[in-house]
Amino acid sequence: MQVKSMTSADSEKQARIGVYVCHCGLNISKTVDCAKVAEVSKELEYVVEAKDIAYACSEPGQKEIVDGIIDNDLDRIVVASCSPRLHEPTFRQMLQKADLNPYMLEMANLREQCSWVHMSEPEAATRKALDLVKMSVSRAALLWPLFEETLPLTKRTMVIGGGVAGIQAALDLADNGYEVVMVEKNPSIGGTMAKLDKTFPTMDCSI
Amino acid sequence: MTDVGRHPNIKMLTMSEVVGIKGYVGNFKVEILKRARYVDESECTACGDCVKVCPVVRSDEFNEGLSSRKAIYSPFPQAVPSSYLINVNECLGHNPSVCSKCLDACDKKCIDFQMSDEKIVEEIGTIIVATGLEPYDPKELDEYGYTRYENVLTSLEFERLVNAGGPSQGEPIRPTDRKTPKSVGFIQCVGSRSARRGSEYCSNTCCMNTVKSSLVLKEHYPDIDIKVFYVDIRAFGKGFEDLYMRSKRYGVQYLRGLPGTVEELDDSSLRVAVENTATGKVEYHDLDMLVLALGMKPAKSTQRLQEMLGLQLNPDGFYLEAHPKLQPVDAATRGIFFAGCAEGPKDIKESVTQASAASVRAIRLMHKGEISAEPITSEIIEENCKFCGKCAEVCPYNAISLNKEKKIPASVNTAACSGCGTCAAECKFDAIIMNHFTDDQINSQTDAMLVEEPESKIVVFACNWCSYAGADYAGVSRFQYPPNARLIRTMCSGRVDEKFIMRAFEKGAPVVLVSGCHIGDCHYIDANKWTEKRIIKLQGKLEKIGIRPERLQLEWISAAEGMRFADVMRQMEDLRKSVSSEEIAETIEILENRKK
Ligand code: SF4
Ligand code: SF4
Ligand code: SF4
Repeated sequence: MQVKSMTSADSEKQARIGVYVCHCGLNISKTVDCAKVAEVSKELEYVVEAKDIAYACSEPGQKEIVDGIIDNDLDRIVVASCSPRLHEPTFRQMLQKADLNPYMLEMANLREQCSWVHMSEPEAATRKALDLVKMSVSRAALLWPLFEETLPLTKRTMVIGGGVAGIQAALDLADNGYEVVMVEKNPSIGGTMAKLDKTFPTMDCSI
Repeated sequence: MTDVGRHPNIKMLTMSEVVGIKGYVGNFKVEILKRARYVDESECTACGDCVKVCPVVRSDEFNEGLSSRKAIYSPFPQAVPSSYLINVNECLGHNPSVCSKCLDACDKKCIDFQMSDEKIVEEIGTIIVATGLEPYDPKELDEYGYTRYENVLTSLEFERLVNAGGPSQGEPIRPTDRKTPKSVGFIQCVGSRSARRGSEYCSNTCCMNTVKSSLVLKEHYPDIDIKVFYVDIRAFGKGFEDLYMRSKRYGVQYLRGLPGTVEELDDSSLRVAVENTATGKVEYHDLDMLVLALGMKPAKSTQRLQEMLGLQLNPDGFYLEAHPKLQPVDAATRGIFFAGCAEGPKDIKESVTQASAASVRAIRLMHKGEISAEPITSEIIEENCKFCGKCAEVCPYNAISLNKEKKIPASVNTAACSGCGTCAAECKFDAIIMNHFTDDQINSQTDAMLVEEPESKIVVFACNWCSYAGADYAGVSRFQYPPNARLIRTMCSGRVDEKFIMRAFEKGAPVVLVSGCHIGDCHYIDANKWTEKRIIKLQGKLEKIGIRPERLQLEWISAAEGMRFADVMRQMEDLRKSVSSEEIAETIEILENRKK
């Protein structure tokens, strides 16, 4: 079990947050005033460092963030960039490199859900971006580390059905060294395929 | 097939069915019932001596009843395992004094009347469901006189007739006079693409199967007259159009229109009345033999297995994949995969492709020998639990257990929990923490959003897999929409607690939108049905306490519906504009008074 002992108050006390606002080249910064978002973020509670970055996901971008974490003794970060559906795994890995728990990350979606959809309204988009970062910072302050559990696993597959699909799956697995249990309700495997004469498109026989 | 039989890594259990499954990914315990064969599988050499003496003659299922076999028999010549078996319901002689002729005939003494059914338990890491298909049964509606006229055959019966190993050694004889027919008609879409007869979907293979059959016939009997009655020929696959054209070149006639009636004539040939939709005229065609191109139905076992494994079916009754494009062979339940027609009608090539894909997906999960569980799971605060059982009822994965009578609080099997958060949203006693999506974490986002100018903002709860992804897709497509909405991501819409919504209204939100995957597409089996119930109930409650229920909206938006997401955002903005500051102030007051 992960956390029962750790209340949100505990984690708030310790929170030291870094905010990194990504330009994504011009993808975000053409519409959203990234420098301003970073500037305002500095004033938010628990935020120790806030910066805008050209490309957060690039090698130099990640290095800048990792350095920021180490120099400022941060314990969690907010990356305001693209959708977490895209780069959450990237930044989680990066946190591990910086010796932080990968779940101490929150992302604000400034690209797919802001700059790209409000292209003609830079001011409103910047206001929205600020809100999104604020939301992320307050959520980040309440995060706690989570740990993946590793469970044992039986390296054995059951294939239910011994027709053409079941046979192929069983052979692929077995040839790769995995044990297979094939369960077929009829007295022979082969399924419907075994009843067919020639099969299209090659017009050769089925068995 | 024989490769399976002799592969050292494959344990083959025939005449067997899964009767129970416990556990979860990596650690399933499967109970299998293996019916008795009455012939020792490992000893039988398939010499066939027993068959000669068996007095019982029955029709042969493998040849679709077009030939006969004995009560002790081999399913078909290339069967794997090759061992014979006894159909115990047909055998005279469980009691040796009655018959037992085969016992004496078998030199190797591998026949054993005392053999009994066995229960086998297997420990399993992953499961591939390849339960295949059931052909449509034309008897149900006596399609085209199938039950009345002997010369109306199904496509499977026809397959056996033209098969060299079949009952007529490959001669396509007419059942009534055992002569080679001069003309053969094929009727397409029997049991497919009809709301009234069989199923509405296309069975995917019958067109090409008929094209193939016509070629097989034409190659051996170039003079045979072949007519195909069809709705439209679907020859979409690689090399398919080629075969279709070849069959046309051979002189096979394709007539657009399905027959209205079939009548038997005095010489047992068949008169087909059909409106040729190309010409608009009713035509009559006399044919020696008719073949019904049967559609596919899901295998009979589908529903039983679906319930046992907690899988979903699509409206057609086939298994539903986790995602049609990104996880086409995965079940939504981790560790279970689909191959072949179990997932939908498909031909051999597609079945084989899917089977290889499924095995790689299984290997990907198993190769480390251990499995990591995402820590985004729920956790019970035992002191708060009132043993009501609601969480266990709503969990789509049966991951929660408790004992109401003995007052044993709920506990979560973290390996089975997929992290939808529905339990936490439904627990009335705040006894469940949803890790990484706790009440506090979510409420803090709402609060931060609504600190300034709440009246200008729309609070949107969006599920990770569909509606949040749909919003991303709107972005990728650069669909522009008003900048007033702010999304709060949850893994599933099922996580959205009534409290979160009330909190937003309390803080001055003019409009709250809850969005998730369409019903039936939920990434967490069917957790969104609880979302729907909850929101409808809450709308009723809002109305009762004097808050306009329209201010709480529910929308299903898929990951592919970027356009729809943008549309919904515009609708929400219109709705927001209809909410005045007075209305918001009134709502806040109502909610504050209720607290007191
Ligand atoms: S992190 Fe995302 S937003 Fe930033 S540069 Fe990379 S892709 Fe672009
Ligand atoms: S819903 Fe809550 S109170 Fe009810 S059994 Fe589950 S944890 Fe306990
Ligand atoms: S979070 Fe979802 S999957 Fe996990 S226990 Fe609760 S209801 Fe079940």
